[in-house]
Parts: sequence; structure tokens; C-alpha cells
Amino acid sequence: MTFTANHPASRDQAKVMNRFDITKRMVARLKHDEAVIGGIGYTNFDLWAAGRRPQNFYMLGSMGLAVPIALGVALAQPQRKVIALEGDGSILMQVGSLATVAARKQKNLAIVIMDNGTYQITGGQLTSTELGADIVAMARGAGIAQSAWAADEAAFEELIELSLREDGPWLIGCRIDKEKPAETTERDPPRIRDQFMRGLGVKQ
Amino acid sequence: MTTASWQAQVYAALKRARIRQIGYVPDAGHAHLIDAAQADPDMRAVVLTTEEEGIALAAGAWLGGERAALLMQSSGVGNCINMLSLPVNCRMPFLALVTMRGEWAEFNPWQVPMGAATPAVLAATGVHVRRADSPHDVAEIVAASAALAFESTVPVAVLFSQRLIGAKVFEK
Repeated sequence: MTFTANHPASRDQAKVMNRFDITKRMVARLKHDEAVIGGIGYTNFDLWAAGRRPQNFYMLGSMGLAVPIALGVALAQPQRKVIALEGDGSILMQVGSLATVAARKQKNLAIVIMDNGTYQITGGQLTSTELGADIVAMARGAGIAQSAWAADEAAFEELIELSLREDGPWLIGCRIDKEKPAETTERDPPRIRDQFMRGLGVKQ
Repeated sequence: MTTASWQAQVYAALKRARIRQIGYVPDAGHAHLIDAAQADPDMRAVVLTTEEEGIALAAGAWLGGERAALLMQSSGVGNCINMLSLPVNCRMPFLALVTMRGEWAEFNPWQVPMGAATPAVLAATGVHVRRADSPHDVAEIVAASAALAFESTVPVAVLFSQRLIGAKVFEK
């Protein structure tokens, strides 16, 4: 795959970036009301802090479901790009969802994994990625051929651009540090749901 | 009434309820519905690796302006417990059609505990439970349950009793 030529072959070789910084870089490139499903934990806290777009959905529970929620949105809205933003601990809990996405060959779906090797919100216990599991390799094995580690911030932006422009499914692995999130998402699930549906124009 | 004919009526009821996505895990009891969904160009049939994904798929469908249904077995209900907080918490509809195991001439003892616990588990997590025992009114119950789920915006599960689906649908 030519698109992965300039990207690291494994997790070990990817630069450790800052979650809030690359979340802001991703959000800055969303110009067409793309939907973003933010997984449980600090992943969605920084998405919230990066701009509170109406097309963002923030998960406060049901750990591991960002990818299949994004798949449901992507099926319902085939003309819109949908991004699942998920942590390493969460995707490990529903790793089968990668195979579900691959089986659907869902063109308008991209998965971004924020991998700091820890269950940070519960106290920093190690996840399996810190002990040898490579989520990009797992995604490729599940059938998502367009899976890559972001070598650094510039490569991350390039991969995001590519995933917004070309057919998916995509998976972008990001090694991140253990900085605290910039803010805390408001814990009001019906409001989160209502704003997202209005943001997508499916509710007036 | 044959199994195929009442299941065709159930599929027609799902279509009338404007269901556009069907998530499923492989299940002999739902075989006709799964085949019908796969053969229907207007339906997106999504094979899942676990029932939990189906809760999420249905939520995503609703968030994106469509209606979904989840087909599963009673054993799968146990897998879903924590995930059911998603539709309950976000006030979203949810419709599951659950084939029951472990309650009528069951040959596999491993199916019995979860089968017995299924109605209580669903009720405890905030899901409205309806039960179909007869091929004559199962489609009507599905239609009414879909209306309840999508018009009143609540999670609903319809249990297809093991007697209804036929106790011996599996080779021993």
C-alpha cells in the first residue's frame, strides 16, 4: 500500500504526540460537517475541549462502542464522512467491531485510535498495547487494509486529509502522551444526543 | 402456520415500521429474517461479532436519522447489559427481537440459566419486554412494539418463545 510507505511499520516507531493537540488538528480539518463519535474517557473530553461541534457525539459510558455507533451513523448518512475517535483500552474491549466495519467495507468511515497504553481515567493501569498489542496490525488483520500509524503530527494531518478525501474504511493509530485532558465533557446524555441529531440535520 | 410464513409476516412488519438497518448475530431461530434482510436491497443487514455492537449500531442509526432492529438470542441479552445504558440514558428508541432458548424442551443445559434470566435482566436495565407465544399474533406484537419503541422513544425487546420458534430447530 503506497499510502503507508511513509508511516511507521509498528507502534514502537511512532512519535508520542499530545492528545489535545492532535484532536485540535483533526477538528481544524473538518470542513463538511463530518460526524465524530468520541469514545468514553479523556478521548472525548479533549474532543469537547477542541470546539464542541454540533456534529460531535460524546460517550460517557458503554465503553467500547464508538466504532459501531459510528458505523450506524455512516450507514444512515452515506454522503457524510464519519469518524470514530476511540481510546486503546476501549477498542480492545470491542476489537471485533473492526472486523464488522471491514466486512461492511464502509467507505465513509474512519477510525482514529488514541493510544497511550493506559486506562488513564481510572488511574493509569497499563493496557495490552503497552505490553505488545499493535492495534494497527490488528485492524489490518481484521480486514481494514488502510490502517496506519501516524509517524508524527504532520503525518497525522496527512492521514486525516486522506481519510476525508478517499474511500475508507480507514484506521489511524496515534501514540499519545498521558497529559490530562483540557476540559471535562458536560454529563448530560439527552442533550448530547439532541444536539448531535440537530447538528446532522435529522431533527429540526 | 409454518415458521417461514410467520417470519415473513414479521419481516413485513419491520418494513412497515420503516426499519432500514438490521444488526444480527447468526441464529437459526432468526434465519428467515436474516435471509430476507440480506436479500432486500433497501435493507442494510450487518453481521455483528457480538450483540453489544448491535446496541451501538441501532443508536448510530437513530442518531443518523434511521431506524434499526437487532436480532439476537436470549444468551446474547446477557452480553448487552451495560450497553443498554446507551439508549436508556440518551433517550433513544431500541428494538430487539430475541429468540428464546432454555425454556421449552431445551436440550442444551448451558442455555437454561440465561434463558430463565432474560426477561428479568431486560426489565432491570429499563427495557420494555413483550412476549410472542403464537404464530398468529407475533407480527402484530412486533408491529406494536416497533410503534412503542420509535413513537414513544423507549427501548423494547420482543421475546420469541422457544415454543413458537420450535424447540427442535437445531441438530443435536
